[in-house]
Amino acid sequence: MNAPGDAPKISVRDLHKAFGSNAVLRGVDLDLPAGHSLAVIGGSGTGKSVLIKSIIGLLEPDSGSIQIDGEETLGMSPGERERVTRKFGMLFQGAALFDSLPVWENVAFGLIQSQGMRRREARQAALEAMNMVGLDSDIADRSPAELSGGMQKRAGLARAIATRPEILFFDEPTTGLDPIMGSVIDSLIAKSVRELGATALTITHDMASARRIADTIAMIYEGRIVWHGPVSEIDHSGNDMVDQFINGRSIGPIQLQVAV
Amino acid sequence: MRFLATIGRGTISIFVTIGQIVVFAAIGLYHCVRPPFYPRLILQQMIEIGYYSLPVVGLTAIFTGAVLALQSFSGFGFAGEATIANVVVWGITRELGPVLAGLMVAGRVGAAMAAEIGTMRVTEQIDALTTLSTNPYKYLVAPRLIAAIAMLPLLVLVADVIGVLGGFLVSVYDFGFNPTTYLKSTWDSLDSTGFVSGLVKAAVFGFLVALMGTYHGYHSKGGAQGVGQATTNAVVSASILLLLFNFIITAVFFAS
Repeated sequence: MNAPGDAPKISVRDLHKAFGSNAVLRGVDLDLPAGHSLAVIGGSGTGKSVLIKSIIGLLEPDSGSIQIDGEETLGMSPGERERVTRKFGMLFQGAALFDSLPVWENVAFGLIQSQGMRRREARQAALEAMNMVGLDSDIADRSPAELSGGMQKRAGLARAIATRPEILFFDEPTTGLDPIMGSVIDSLIAKSVRELGATALTITHDMASARRIADTIAMIYEGRIVWHGPVSEIDHSGNDMVDQFINGRSIGPIQLQVAV
Repeated sequence: MRFLATIGRGTISIFVTIGQIVVFAAIGLYHCVRPPFYPRLILQQMIEIGYYSLPVVGLTAIFTGAVLALQSFSGFGFAGEATIANVVVWGITRELGPVLAGLMVAGRVGAAMAAEIGTMRVTEQIDALTTLSTNPYKYLVAPRLIAAIAMLPLLVLVADVIGVLGGFLVSVYDFGFNPTTYLKSTWDSLDSTGFVSGLVKAAVFGFLVALMGTYHGYHSKGGAQGVGQATTNAVVSASILLLLFNFIITAVFFAS
């Protein structure tokens, strides 16, 4: 937790990003204190993925500011960017495990490549991370293609936490999983974030998942944050868009372009 | 006016693509000479490019050498024993060895590079590399460039030997030439400039094949169709560039 007056772990100001004439982010403002877990919710195409990719540095925003630990990251040199990225761990929507490597080497990848750990020690650390997410050491030498979707997500989570990062990002962690496995992954995410004392930013459109993982929720719509508050207040947000989204109503201020 | 605008857009697009490829190549080469290096990955790529391409390159070379001898014999007849050896050696070491090996590797390795890296792109594996503080140029592009530049000359060296052997087999066992005389003519026909130019071409072709494979894979998008398109583009562009640079290098070595 940061002391009062400390800079937020992640601070986003007036962030804009367009692809051609399609303005995806239209002035996002967001603060995430250290040790907190924030879920950004919103429908498809509202800018969730672009927001998280901009913060991580996978996309270059058009304008605005992104600060990590008070340090401006936009316009950083690749070397400085790599230093900041060492603070990150990320679980991708499709797990994004490397096909060419066995599971343990996927999990140990950050330890070997960016921390220079010896392979034998890295394997041991990978097995410990796998154990944290409930993966048996028997699958350590298997190829990612041999794992089920749920196991791939767990392996992706193990890879994200193996380097003990300060900030964890989760991109649609429960998408493509059955409700029980989704709940298991959420529990593992909450447990991992708690044990590491990490700051977490999750993007999801799964409300059940957002409630389980996050301390606070922000809703993004048409490239702007339209509501931000504690999980306990989301059912009484007083915001029509939030009400429509969390209750899954087709009638309301959020208009979807649906061809019938 | 609309017609002119279309031509203008097309022209700008071509220059933008050329610029992107040049920048990609510069970044890739920069990472080839700056640590950290990945010797395990470089070795893996060397085996993939060099060792596993040997059968296809060897078969191409032996038949090409044999055909060169057959065609030369149809022109020169029995009187042209020394000339046939000369044609085979020059044809193989200067042109056909490097060009055919390059084209075979473009089809086999360039396509595989584009497909593998393209799949990594569309399944977010390249993004995952970045979040794991690993530069994708250093991890994916540089090892392939280094391995291709190193292995193509070796492959061409083997292709040269096998190609000349193809010509020798046809000349000796089909036309009944004296093997010792033929080998002597072959040795006499070898010139260092032609031989070295073939190896220089091979290194350049290796660079081009790996560059096109990694560039198109790295920039693929849109799922399976995008990966398929990247693979096609990698092979076609590498083949065209290879023939273009073959002309340029030949002009540099032999224009005078």
